[in-house]
Parts: sequence; C-alpha cells; structure tokens
Amino acid sequence: MGRYVARRLLQMIPVFLGTTILIFLMVNVLPGDPVAALWGDKPPDPAQMAKIKHDLGLDLPLWQQYLHYLGNLAHGEFGVTIAGSRPVIDEMAAAFPVTIRLALMAFTFEMVVGICLGVIAGIRRGKLIDTSVTIFTLLVISVPVFVLGLLGQQVIGTQLGWVTPNVQDSMNVGQLLLPAIVLGSLSLAYVARLTRTSIAENARADYIRTAVAKGLPQTRVVRMHLLRNSLIPVVTYLGTDIGALMAGAVVTEGIFNVQGVGNLLYEALARREGAVIVGIVTVFVLIYLVANLVVDLLYAVLDPRIRYA
Amino acid sequence: MPENTVKMKKNDAATAAEEPTAVGPTVAEAGPAPEKPRSLGADAWADLIRRPLFLISAVLIVFLLVMAAFPSLFSSTDPTAGDLSNHFLDKPKLGSLFQPDWFGYDAQGRSIYSRVVYGARVSIMVGVGVTLLTTVFGGLLGMLAGYFGGFWDTALSRITDVFFGIPFILGAMVVLNAFTDRTVWTVIGALAFLGWTTIARVMRGAVITAKHADYVVAAKALGAGTGRILRKHVLPNAIAPVIVVATIQLGVVIVAESTLSYLGLGLGTNDVSWGADISDAVKSIRNAPHILFFPAGMLSLTVLAFIMLGDAVREALDPKLR
Repeated sequence: MGRYVARRLLQMIPVFLGTTILIFLMVNVLPGDPVAALWGDKPPDPAQMAKIKHDLGLDLPLWQQYLHYLGNLAHGEFGVTIAGSRPVIDEMAAAFPVTIRLALMAFTFEMVVGICLGVIAGIRRGKLIDTSVTIFTLLVISVPVFVLGLLGQQVIGTQLGWVTPNVQDSMNVGQLLLPAIVLGSLSLAYVARLTRTSIAENARADYIRTAVAKGLPQTRVVRMHLLRNSLIPVVTYLGTDIGALMAGAVVTEGIFNVQGVGNLLYEALARREGAVIVGIVTVFVLIYLVANLVVDLLYAVLDPRIRYA
Repeated sequence: MPENTVKMKKNDAATAAEEPTAVGPTVAEAGPAPEKPRSLGADAWADLIRRPLFLISAVLIVFLLVMAAFPSLFSSTDPTAGDLSNHFLDKPKLGSLFQPDWFGYDAQGRSIYSRVVYGARVSIMVGVGVTLLTTVFGGLLGMLAGYFGGFWDTALSRITDVFFGIPFILGAMVVLNAFTDRTVWTVIGALAFLGWTTIARVMRGAVITAKHADYVVAAKALGAGTGRILRKHVLPNAIAPVIVVATIQLGVVIVAESTLSYLGLGLGTNDVSWGADISDAVKSIRNAPHILFFPAGMLSLTVLAFIMLGDAVREALDPKLR
C-alpha cells in the first residue's frame, strides 16, 4: 500500500509537468500583447514596454519562461500580474476559499441526493419512481447549466424572492445555496444515472440472491452488498468531478456574482493575464491528481478483490 | 496502475465457454434465421426497433438532421435579416404556424423562428463532429491501453491524465480565446482536442473488465488471435458503456458550444447558433423572457433526443439489463 502510494506520487510528476506545459503553451499563444494593453488606446512607449517585459521575464524564449515558472513554483510563488504587479498567489488566496466552499456544497448536494435517487430508482427498476427519476435526470441534463442558473435566479431570486438574486457576501453559506444547487445539478443527474445503472446490473448478481436467500434484512442487503459493489463507477465519477465543479464555477459564479476563482479567471482571460490563468489551472491540476489517487485507493476499500502491491 | 489480482477459478473458465452471451456467427441484419443464434448487434437491433424511447428519439434526430441540412425547407426568411419595426416585445403569434412571426422577433427585429431553424446546423455539426472524432480516437487509445497493459497502459494513461487534468470548458475557453476568427471547425477542433479523454478512460476500464472475463480466457485458450479477441469478444462486451458515454457526451458538447457562445467565446456574430441567441436573449430577460425560451427549448430538446437514444441503445446492447 505504502509503496503503491509512493509510486503513484512519482507518476504524478510527469502528468503535472505535462499539464502545466500544455496549459502554458495554450495561454502563451494567445494573440494580443497584454503589456501593450497597459497603455490602453495610447501608443505604448517602446523603451518602457521593453523594460516591463524584461522585468517580468516575458522577453525570454518560451521554454526558459516555463523553467523559470517551475523554479518559482517550487518556492510556492506563482509570479506577478502584468497590470499592477500584484502577486498572483494573493489574488488566488482571496478567490479560492470561495470557490472551494461553493464546490464542496455542490459536491455534497450531488453526492447525497444523487446516490439516494440512483439507489431508489435502481432497486425499483421499471416502477413509477424509477421512471420519475429517469425523466428528472433527463430534463436536468438537457437544460444547459447557465440556462438553469438564469432561470433559478429569475424565478427563485427575483420573482419568488426566496434568496437574493445576486450574492452579496461570497462566503455566506445561505447565499451560496442556490448557486451550489445549480452548479451541482448536472453532476447530480449523472451520479443518479450511474448509480441506477450500476445498482440495476448488480441487483441480479448471485451474491445478492444469496444474501436475500439467507434471510438478511433488505436494508443490510442494499447497504452492505449491493451499494458497496455498485459504487465503483460512481466513486470514479465523483473523484474527477471535484475539479470539474471548480472549473464549472466559471459560469455559475458569473451568473450569481460570486467573487471566486471563476470570476478571477474570466477577468484574467479578458485581460490576458497569463500568470493568473496558468496559476489557477496548476492548482486545479493538483486537486485533480490528488482526487484521482484517493479514488484509486477507494477502489480497494470498496472491492477487496482489488489489491495494490 | 493498479495490478488487479482477480483470480480465476479454472472450472469457472471451463463452464463459461458455453455462456449464452458469447457472440454467435454474425448475421448481417435481423434476418429470420431461427436455427442460427443471432449476433449481439442484430439482437440489439431487433430489440431497439420495438422500443418507443428509441423510435421517438430517432424521429426527433432525423427531424433535426434534416433541419440542419436543409433549413430553407422550414423557413423562407433570412435569419440574419433584422427589421427594427418588428419590435422585440411583440409576443409570439402561435396561430401563424411556420410564418416568420410564429415565435415573435428578437431585439434586432429578426425572426426568432427562422433563427431557431437555422441554428440547428451549428449545434448538430459541433455535437456530431466532436463526438465522432473523440469516440474513434479515445476509443482506440483506451482499448490499446486496457488490453495490452504494462508499458502501453502506463504511457497512454499518463497522456490521457495530462489532457484530463485540464478542465474541459476552461481549456476550451483558453484555446478559443487564441482564435479571433472562429468557425465551426475551430470550435470542433478545440472541443475534440480536449474532450477525448473520458471515452478513452471508459473504454480502458471496460476493456480491463472484459479481458478478465471467462469467455476471453476461454477464447485465448482455444487459440484465438489478439485481433479476433479484441473484435469479437472484448469490443462487443466493452462498447456498451462507451456508447452511453458518447451519446451523453454529444449532449455535453452541444451544451459546451452554447456555453462558450454565452461567454462570448463561441462562434462569431455572423453565425446563427442557439448558444449565441441565448446569450442575446439573456440581455433582455427582464423585458422579454419569452425570447430565451425558443433557442433554449430547441437546445434542450436536441440534447434530450441524443440522451434518450443513448439510453435505448444501452438497454438494447446490455443483455444483463433485460
């Protein structure tokens, strides 16, 4: 087990490097000169522009810029913004707690409600409740999240007045409730569908028949035998979904005016602040890699036939 | 990668050789050949055409494909021609079927009905194009990684991880931001470039499960070649989850295109796309919320059709669910 984790941690290094190189390239082939944009509509002063570029290391070849960036990253530095020379880490430290809170709320919502709906539909396959859950998930998947967000904001926020349409305090759990439900709704539908399929397939397995035949109560059969064996695809999905939720926040945060990473990122894209974009994606990649390792370790907990040497 | 030590009992493998799920001789279509066992595909097809879910979604998809290919059959007005005297607050005239004013007019006085008809092309092209590219490419990589294991699995899985680590919408935003003149092909390219990983992973997982199955062990023991095992035993038994994910992904891709257009990173303003129209409708959501309804409704209906198709195909392909 320990050796397996160590090997996986070592394997993360090339993936981390690969992803950061990829995003670094993607960001740096953006057209337009962010330094020239500092002058607005006025023609930039060439000498001053060259000096700023030199100070920021933007005049170096791309591979040197990348190595430079990695070197800084090893010290926990993410570079500075072009406009205002603010440390990127400060901007991220202000935005990430908001998005992590939003994503965790959405995650809890989708996991609890999704698995419950999936289990109920799966063991009552073909019944009314199954059809209702299937139709519900179909509708949720079919409507784009931003349309759902706009509708929720319009109906629940503006017309019914149950919540504030625009989030005033981005760390307030009550105000984040509606954005979190909107953010988690799509994944909730997938979790419910995956759980339902998996439960329906495993419900006919021999070990379930055995468990029922030897007289175990239904709750125990479902919880200990059926659910545990059916959760592997769901856990895989949930593990990769944490990163997806945080990235999906770009859209949701924009609709509800939440001051999180999505907001920071959207501004960075518009202002072409490469260091901010690369920094945010780097953190996302780290979260994704760790979540992935946890998922693989959970496999062995869920299915004892899987062993790690 | 995890070394799954799933131990096979020898007597299990022997009895499983006569499993009814084993693929029989391939019968081209569901021809009436009662003495011969039908192939899995023919069996699935015979099952499919009896499903109302499949028939409804197939009719919807054919309708959408015709609309995407020949929009002028449905609407005679130019979707880009605006007449400001047609005020956007005009309510839809639901009595005037198939006329330009059926769904009312948008803020620039353009016929919403006409725009909804012409907008189908972009969504269908992006959805189908990206899904075809990602299924072929991702499926192939996933099958190779899953079946051969070892070095290939490690190398291909790490490459998949690199692309998977980049969030889909965010990556597409960064890529598309780099293009000032975006066409349908730019959007297809950007989404396919980042979107093949899910299929690859699902295929890899399904292949790993299938290759340990008793019928594969039996086929190997009987001397079948790698190509035959992959085509006849592994692929038919691993394809069902891939088809489900591919159809779900078709919906996701269509939604992604509209999301990018909503964020202003999709197609240019000269192209008619539901995503761009939703983004326009949002600007006047307080005065004329009905404008949002038509492109969003068509978009949702399209996604719904493909997801229902995937559901029907999955249930038909998976004999365990019967």
